[in-house]
Amino acid sequence: MNTLDETTNEILELAAAHFHVPREQLSATDDFFKKLGINSLQALDLLTRLERHFHIELPDYELRDVSDFRTLAERIQSRL
Amino acid sequence: MSFGTSAISAPWQNGYNPAFELSGHKVEPPRESSSPPWAPVTVSRKMLDLAQYNCLGEALRAALARWPEEICLIEADRDRENARLTYRQFEQAALPLARALEEAGFGEGSRAAIIMTNQSKWLISAFAVFFCGGILVPLDYKLSAREQIALLAHSKAEVLVAEYPLWRAITQSREFATLAVRTAITTEAPPNADLASAKRWEEFRDLREPKFVPRQRKDPACIVYSSGTTGRPKGCVLTHENYLEQCVALTSLYPFWPGVRYLSILPTNHAIDFMVGFIGPFVCGATVVHLRTLRPEYIRDAFVRYKITYMTLVPAVLKALEQNLRKRLEELSPGRRKALNALIAVNRALTRRRPRVRLSRALLKQVHAAFGGELRALFVGGAFTEPATLKFFYDLGIPVANAYGCTEAGTAITVNDLRPFRADTVGKPLPGAQVKILDPGPDGIGQVAVRGKTVMSHYLDDPEMTRDTIVDGWLMTGDLGRIDGAGHLQLFGRVRNMVVTEEGKNVYPEEIEAAFEGLAVREACVFAANYIWPTRQMTGEQLVLALHPEAHKHISTELVAEIGSRNRRLLNYKRVSGYLIWEEDFPRTASLKIKRTELAAQIREKLGREAVVPL
Repeated sequence: MNTLDETTNEILELAAAHFHVPREQLSATDDFFKKLGINSLQALDLLTRLERHFHIELPDYELRDVSDFRTLAERIQSRL
Repeated sequence: MSFGTSAISAPWQNGYNPAFELSGHKVEPPRESSSPPWAPVTVSRKMLDLAQYNCLGEALRAALARWPEEICLIEADRDRENARLTYRQFEQAALPLARALEEAGFGEGSRAAIIMTNQSKWLISAFAVFFCGGILVPLDYKLSAREQIALLAHSKAEVLVAEYPLWRAITQSREFATLAVRTAITTEAPPNADLASAKRWEEFRDLREPKFVPRQRKDPACIVYSSGTTGRPKGCVLTHENYLEQCVALTSLYPFWPGVRYLSILPTNHAIDFMVGFIGPFVCGATVVHLRTLRPEYIRDAFVRYKITYMTLVPAVLKALEQNLRKRLEELSPGRRKALNALIAVNRALTRRRPRVRLSRALLKQVHAAFGGELRALFVGGAFTEPATLKFFYDLGIPVANAYGCTEAGTAITVNDLRPFRADTVGKPLPGAQVKILDPGPDGIGQVAVRGKTVMSHYLDDPEMTRDTIVDGWLMTGDLGRIDGAGHLQLFGRVRNMVVTEEGKNVYPEEIEAAFEGLAVREACVFAANYIWPTRQMTGEQLVLALHPEAHKHISTELVAEIGSRNRRLLNYKRVSGYLIWEEDFPRTASLKIKRTELAAQIREKLGREAVVPL
């Protein structure tokens, strides 16, 4: 199973590819709304990509108080 | 509103056949239908006469009896279907729950909170509550557990029905034990979950019929929180009459009938989805399709899979659909794009005076196919919608009825009747609603006030706020508007210190001030930027933190970092966009409350918007 760091890194890679941002510009503690300039619907769109990548399901409300990649990784990690 | 009774046929009436159904039953308005020879059952297409009923429980009960074999609910999650229920099955699922509530001492005037995503058990539980004569407290599943607990405490709900993960988050708080909740019921709990004293929703099987408890029209039906997760909760007490009257008004413009499919994505705790995604379709024998996610990708799939007739959405979701559609149109070859533009022009010309859905579907077949081919209208509300977006869809033959309302008014106040389509207004007052502009300026703009049978009874346990909000029977909306010569309402900003996000969320600055308590400053206060500097616009609303530094101290980089860190801990839509520095004492009342209006005026006089330092 992935470590939390590996999961975080995979999320960063996917987010960079999905939103066409250079990977090196993203870090685990970034506020993804601000850094990517996205709204909550776009964040949900990313969540769909992550669900498919990690073969898990996360309800929309799991994102209700998440805004940084690391916390998102923790939520995903708990379902792996 | 009344559109007669005729015999209709649907393939699933005598034995459900999903394959047939998904391959294309036609949803047509009653007046255009005829009864084919193979029609096995005659089904009333006439909605219930709501004047005959005193409460939602009675009306819903009558609906279940009138359309037992019609599909009332379909529950989809991502790309799979979880449940499909007829009105009869709905009743069979609800009565054991009502029986369990009755056994637990729940009855007339008792309060039950629901915290669930959009799903069939939400509506089944709500019906069980009304069946027992109870008052429903629908809470937002997207709030944090702490916020939900604050509202549970304020509402004094005795029963809590919640999805398992949400229930678990709430019960992990020590404050849960201090609540009035005596009966907790969880849905979809894993088999081995430790539920403590909570009961499993799915395990109620007592088939003895519970006693139906009728309520009067003026009795409270729901307590709906329009804001106030911290500080001063605004629990709108809405009566059975409020809902029944609102339902009559809305269905007079946009009728439902058996076979119509309404796609429900907005949380059912919101007044709008409760009305058009539950009460409205049910009293007309229509079908509600729940989608347990707001993700645009699955919304697009659901249109096609379920051949949706109506849907309500917020501007942010409408915008996402628009962006996707624009992208697909841009990918067309120049030739096909040119041909499409010509068809759009024809459609525009032919629908200038009113929508002509069949014609538009024929002209722009592929566009309509992407929406399932049966879509009659989208409803949008909850926040400002760009006229260009409304026009984009209308030109494609997909009418978007722009509406305006608030929970305090029982959902909608005005809605666009599309005759003709107007992108620059929020429509005309609904039948039965009186709208006036208070103290209009030379430009006709003033505060919008509304009166009618849909206006809430009061704010729960807050007579002072009720008196400030409902004056001589008129509800003060806090929004600025003007009524034009055609009777349409146009909005021009707010008189209240609040913002509304594109997703339709109301944010009151007082609610988020707690996040900035104890900062190394003398005083701090949060404002809606448009409250300090009115713009007469409904877009780009932002929150601003006003800081009064300690004497002879600057705003240090550490302090800015601390503000940024606390800001990030707030939910995305509650964050302040920047801060301003105010070097004078905040004006305060004798009880030391900040005089916000006065402070905003002082800031406006000395500082401009450019004084806001972005965070």
